[in-house]
Amino acid sequence: MATKLLMSGNEAIALGAYEAGVALGCGYPGTPSTEIIETLVRRPDVYTEWSVNEKVALEVGLGAALAGGRALVTMKHVGLNVAADPLFTSAYTGVNAGLVVVTADDPSMHSSQNEQDNRNYALAAKLPMFEPSDAREARELTRAAFELSEAYDTPVLLRSTTRLSHATGVVEVDEDAPAPQRHPLGFERQPAKYVMIPSNAKRRRVDVEDRWARLREAVETHPANRVEPGSSDIGVITSGVPYEYVREVLPDAGVLKLGIVHPLPRRLVEDFARQYRTVYVVEELDPVIETQVRAWGIACHGKDVFPSIGEFSPGTLRAALGLPQPETIAEPAVEVPPRFPALCVGCPHGHVYNALRERGMVVSGDIGCYSLGVMPPYSAMDTLLDMGASVTMAHGMDAVLQGQPDRPPVAAVIGDSTFAHSGLTGLLNACWNQRDGLFIVLDNGTTAMTGGQPNPLSGERLGREDTMHLDYGYLARAFGIPEENFAAVDANNRKAVTAAIDDLAGRSGVRLLAVIGMCIIEAKDLKKIDKFVGKRDARKLELIEVDAHAHA
Amino acid sequence: MPTPDPVRGTVNENVPGGQPVGDKVWNVLLVGVGGQGVVLASDILAAAALEAGWDVKKSEIHGMSQRGGSVFSHVRFGPIVHSPTIPRGEVDVLASLERIEALRWSGWAHPGAAVCYVDHEIHPQGVRAYNPGVDDEIARLFGTTIRFEDHALKSRISAKVKNTALLGAISLLVPIPQQAFLAALAGHVPARTEEANATAFAIGREIGSSALAEATEMAEMAGRPAPEQEPTHVE
Ligand SMILES: Cc1ncc(C[n+]2csc(CCOP(=O)(O)OP(=O)(O)O)c2C)c(N)n1
Ligand code: SF4
Repeated sequence: MATKLLMSGNEAIALGAYEAGVALGCGYPGTPSTEIIETLVRRPDVYTEWSVNEKVALEVGLGAALAGGRALVTMKHVGLNVAADPLFTSAYTGVNAGLVVVTADDPSMHSSQNEQDNRNYALAAKLPMFEPSDAREARELTRAAFELSEAYDTPVLLRSTTRLSHATGVVEVDEDAPAPQRHPLGFERQPAKYVMIPSNAKRRRVDVEDRWARLREAVETHPANRVEPGSSDIGVITSGVPYEYVREVLPDAGVLKLGIVHPLPRRLVEDFARQYRTVYVVEELDPVIETQVRAWGIACHGKDVFPSIGEFSPGTLRAALGLPQPETIAEPAVEVPPRFPALCVGCPHGHVYNALRERGMVVSGDIGCYSLGVMPPYSAMDTLLDMGASVTMAHGMDAVLQGQPDRPPVAAVIGDSTFAHSGLTGLLNACWNQRDGLFIVLDNGTTAMTGGQPNPLSGERLGREDTMHLDYGYLARAFGIPEENFAAVDANNRKAVTAAIDDLAGRSGVRLLAVIGMCIIEAKDLKKIDKFVGKRDARKLELIEVDAHAHA
Repeated sequence: MPTPDPVRGTVNENVPGGQPVGDKVWNVLLVGVGGQGVVLASDILAAAALEAGWDVKKSEIHGMSQRGGSVFSHVRFGPIVHSPTIPRGEVDVLASLERIEALRWSGWAHPGAAVCYVDHEIHPQGVRAYNPGVDDEIARLFGTTIRFEDHALKSRISAKVKNTALLGAISLLVPIPQQAFLAALAGHVPARTEEANATAFAIGREIGSSALAEATEMAEMAGRPAPEQEPTHVE
């Protein structure tokens, strides 16, 4: 029996992947993509994991696909930068079983450090890309993406945006549907296809081009692309969530709705454009569709009227088209003070920032809850670029500032999940190159920023299963950090935190400080499942307070 | 789904009386501060709208806003809903769990829109008190105002179910039957709190009804039109 359910775009992507018989789902958390894996984990017949980072996740997914298991890999837009290396060459190897890579973009940067438009990756890597516009379509197009992936032996990108991933819509689910069909498992040795040494890659390069020609043909008639005839002389080419704004604001326009944004169906576009006097291309961020449409000699309006910055809304379209805006309530005459996000009261990250600011340190920052250290009352962060960059940028500063008379003390701060994601390699680089620097891991026992996922330092994996955790003391030894240059302190013991910073700031070489506390939201969650005491005590074992090994 | 009727327009059989409602999409904006239960309340409202037979969309921003920031959720329902976000100026009902937040989001509402809010204050960092006149300003800007006095509310229900009381007030202003709200509530709260939630919902309706009755009386005295209230609010 069919039931109507309310579902977010992310939940719908997970459902579509499940219905497509996915055997493996993995990714690295990142708003707005995180809930896809968190939904898929509830399916016991699918292997799911949080991977250490996006590059790892994509490679895990490709391995699964080559061995015959359909795989879903998820990440936020900047995650695809990390995974770009395997992405480009996976176009050459092909996939065997279907591989769908979800990139969740964040126009308007609600929770991101940049606003890149990942449709550009589809163009650059020669990969097909789907873009649904609501939850119902997210489920359908995810299934279609797996079909296309297998039919054309190619990884397929599925682009979401915040207003798809985190918007809820009605999805009809058939509870009596038969169990999903799965691709037969097994790895077939084909080194000419899977071992990308230059001689093989050169041949595969030609295959990619062949496949592309066939895909171009396929999208002309693929049901994901459809024409909705209109009664006015305006025709709109659009895709994704902006399609919904077009329907809202221009109910009479003809619409070419693209469910596949790469490659574009050229004949379909040309036929459509011919029927309307004025053609608009409505797309957020970059003029990806518009540039191609113009190159085919089709006159259209796009970024000459619509903004390139930020997400759209019905109001954006009305403003661009010169349509009247709805009247709103007047501006309040009473002042409304701004409300900025801040670290929670009792957050274990807080004290470190106080200590660093008081000591006038230059703080090379990183991404996570602890990024809020840049805000008052702490105001203790000087750089933030991408995950892992705290360690490496501090290294670069030190490399050129060394020997300067008024060289400021530099500290890098990095969260536990971020450290595992891409801080470790930077730290190894600093140790290997014998740099100087204070590297502080702010370990709160979880990946708090994205809603509390386990990570390789937290002792749990996806689904809160117990597992190993990276031990800071052994890590320091393995990286050749002298014993006196390493300390692990309790984040709630302010004196110990301050003493450790003072002690380590006065030493030379690479110094590693692990500040171990627990996110108060994580603590609440652990208490609900009776795991708090156990986890807290396990974490205490990590502590080696500076005083304890009394530096002689 | 509501059935289109060639004479009366779209009719929703689940709404009392099955009145024609045209193509109107109803827009409710729920706001508050991280941790107040804004998203749960919007989930329940969306589920109630689905239960009532409407097409529904809902949109919010997760992430940084959870750390003490301002939280909002757009809920839209009607015969067919396109945009997942409410266009600015089209909010019919603004519901706020915090006093100043009701004012912060007022610009999203159309003149004549309704507001229901709890006058509880959670001050942003560095703010000791709000400027005077917040409640008067809210009452002046909106067509219909239902204000929940926090200290009075607290003596009757637990702080955890304030969002449910707000839903009770919303239920007076939108074309969704009460039973649909109660069914949606039951589907979203733990069984052991179902009763507390049902009570909070009833109290919200009661406070809302008397606020609306009082406003009608005042309007009559002043010769102004009475505040709009479902199910007379039909286009
Ligand atoms: C490449 C990339 N992937 C994912 C993200 C999203 N993201 C930002 S910070 C973060 C992890 C934060 O966890 P942690 O370092 O443990 O710090 P916490 O938030 O717990 O303080 C994630 C997943 C990102 N910004 N960039
Ligand atoms: S969620 Fe956790 S880590 Fe983030 S600010 Fe709150 S206590 Fe700190």
